[in-house]
Amino acid sequence: MTLRDIAVNNLRRRKMRAVFVLAGLLIGVTTVVTLLTLVGAMKNDINHKLEMYGANILIVPKTENLSLSYGGLSLGGVSFEMQEIREEELEKIKDIKNAANVAAVGPMVLGPVNVKDQRVLLAGIDVLSFQTLRPWWNIKGKIPEDDDVILGAEAARMLGLANGSKFTMNGREYGVSGVLEVTGSQDDGLIFAPLTIAQSVLGKEGRISMAEVAALCHGCPIDEMIRQISEVLPGANVMGIQQVVKGRMVTLNHFQKFSYGVSALVLFVGSLMVLVTMMGSVRERTMEIGIFRAMGFRRSHVMRIIFYEAGIIAGVAGILGYTLGFTATRILLPFFTESHQGHGVAVPFDPIMAGIAFVLAISIGLAASIYPALLASRLDPNEALRAL
Amino acid sequence: MSYIKAENLSKEYGAGESSVTAVSNASFEIETGEFVAIMGESGSGKSTLLSMVGTLNSPTAGRLSVKGLDVYRLGQDERADFRRQSVGFVFQNFNLLSYLTLVENVMLPLATLKASRREKQLMAYNALERVGLAEKIKRLPGQISGGEQERVAIARAIVNKPPILLADEPTGNLDTRTGRLIMEFLRSLNDEGVTIVMVTHSMEYSHFARRVLHMSDGMLVQ
Repeated sequence: MTLRDIAVNNLRRRKMRAVFVLAGLLIGVTTVVTLLTLVGAMKNDINHKLEMYGANILIVPKTENLSLSYGGLSLGGVSFEMQEIREEELEKIKDIKNAANVAAVGPMVLGPVNVKDQRVLLAGIDVLSFQTLRPWWNIKGKIPEDDDVILGAEAARMLGLANGSKFTMNGREYGVSGVLEVTGSQDDGLIFAPLTIAQSVLGKEGRISMAEVAALCHGCPIDEMIRQISEVLPGANVMGIQQVVKGRMVTLNHFQKFSYGVSALVLFVGSLMVLVTMMGSVRERTMEIGIFRAMGFRRSHVMRIIFYEAGIIAGVAGILGYTLGFTATRILLPFFTESHQGHGVAVPFDPIMAGIAFVLAISIGLAASIYPALLASRLDPNEALRAL
Repeated sequence: MSYIKAENLSKEYGAGESSVTAVSNASFEIETGEFVAIMGESGSGKSTLLSMVGTLNSPTAGRLSVKGLDVYRLGQDERADFRRQSVGFVFQNFNLLSYLTLVENVMLPLATLKASRREKQLMAYNALERVGLAEKIKRLPGQISGGEQERVAIARAIVNKPPILLADEPTGNLDTRTGRLIMEFLRSLNDEGVTIVMVTHSMEYSHFARRVLHMSDGMLVQ
């Protein structure tokens, strides 16, 4: 027989009270786990989508000219009178503080070429990084190698070229390795060639017109990354393409704050349930506590019995609360995100969240039991026994 | 030097005009190994006096020393330690916990002891064996007779071998035959050196004590 045995025996004897305390904590912990896991999963969902968006930072040369284009409609030839960045400058991006968050850097050189007597914009790209930067590209054919190019859907139509066709550009023959499906963007009107080929054709060896950067935003501040890149590339304009995501993140942050508020409220109500139930339990056991004190139990011994009881129930509430919250999140998540039907955001077992749930349950269970435990320990043994 | 020495112990309940004096200026000495009965009518203050001797009830005046130690100058926890180490209580209503088996009830005073479960079980078994209940250790208090419950209460009081045993009307709820058996057992404990202070209103059972203190209206009388 130990103090813990006394607590366990009492829990067995007063099952309904134990169930009340358990319910109070369980509701609180389950709510917290559900909301926090849900918010976390929704953030993951947004981050996942963000990565699917491809490039989210644009690096262009600094210029004093205003762009004379709007909505893809170019007004005059200003677009072609662009300044350039030295390709080797991009290496500096690897040295920024958040370099680990950079998924891909895609240099691009742009320039007009004549193909079949038509003036077309040639884009030289790093083919591999563009698979990350343009995840939505569907190429009918293969990615270009050596002297191959791929054509935007509109460019292929205008030039009358198809997959496997040959054509001459600046006096040299190139093959079409693939044609892009319609993207609905300005990519449709471009010819894409490997960077070095395009630089050679355009006579811009070692220079690029712009660069796109895909930054994985899971926990990385895009604004901060833009600032860091601007610092290492003082001659370039670095811009973020993030308005949509930002808007969604702001909404999610509001939801997160709301979740914290609801969690705090539910936890408070749960702790009140624990407090009231434990107080009732102490009052019900006045005689028993009097006997303990008469036998020589210190006040701390009596408090420990109460804390053991609360701790045992709280531990169970922590484990069950996490399990229930985790299950509830899996059920609810499809209603809060668009990424279901096979592309769902995974809700993996999170040992940190499980630990938080456990510690939270124990902390609240014990904190709510402090007053009842003090009340029990202060019972005058003689008064308790006289009350018989 | 006396083992237990009470000097002008008084206890008043309430304050002002509505105060009630339960014990007034009680002074006595008890030697080691004595068996003392406190007799008196109901409401004479004998249970209050016993609870003061057991350090459960702080006197409003006076001093109680045990082996020269002024026990009411100790803090609450030190007094609890004193009770745990030196005093066994046998209550009039047995005060057994109905949801614990007999052996578990007897093990209760050992809950704070740093010993293995097996050692504690052995100590409780030995105490129950002494009172003749070794075969019923797994029973609940509601499954045994009143006399047996009293014996369990005594087993619980002596399980950690305290030098002082305080018994409040130990035979109050028992028939004459069972009461006599209990008294004989207390006497045997006293023969082994345990100092016993017993409250009773029965003249018959007071004869088992070696000395009788009489109380009337809260005062000790000769």
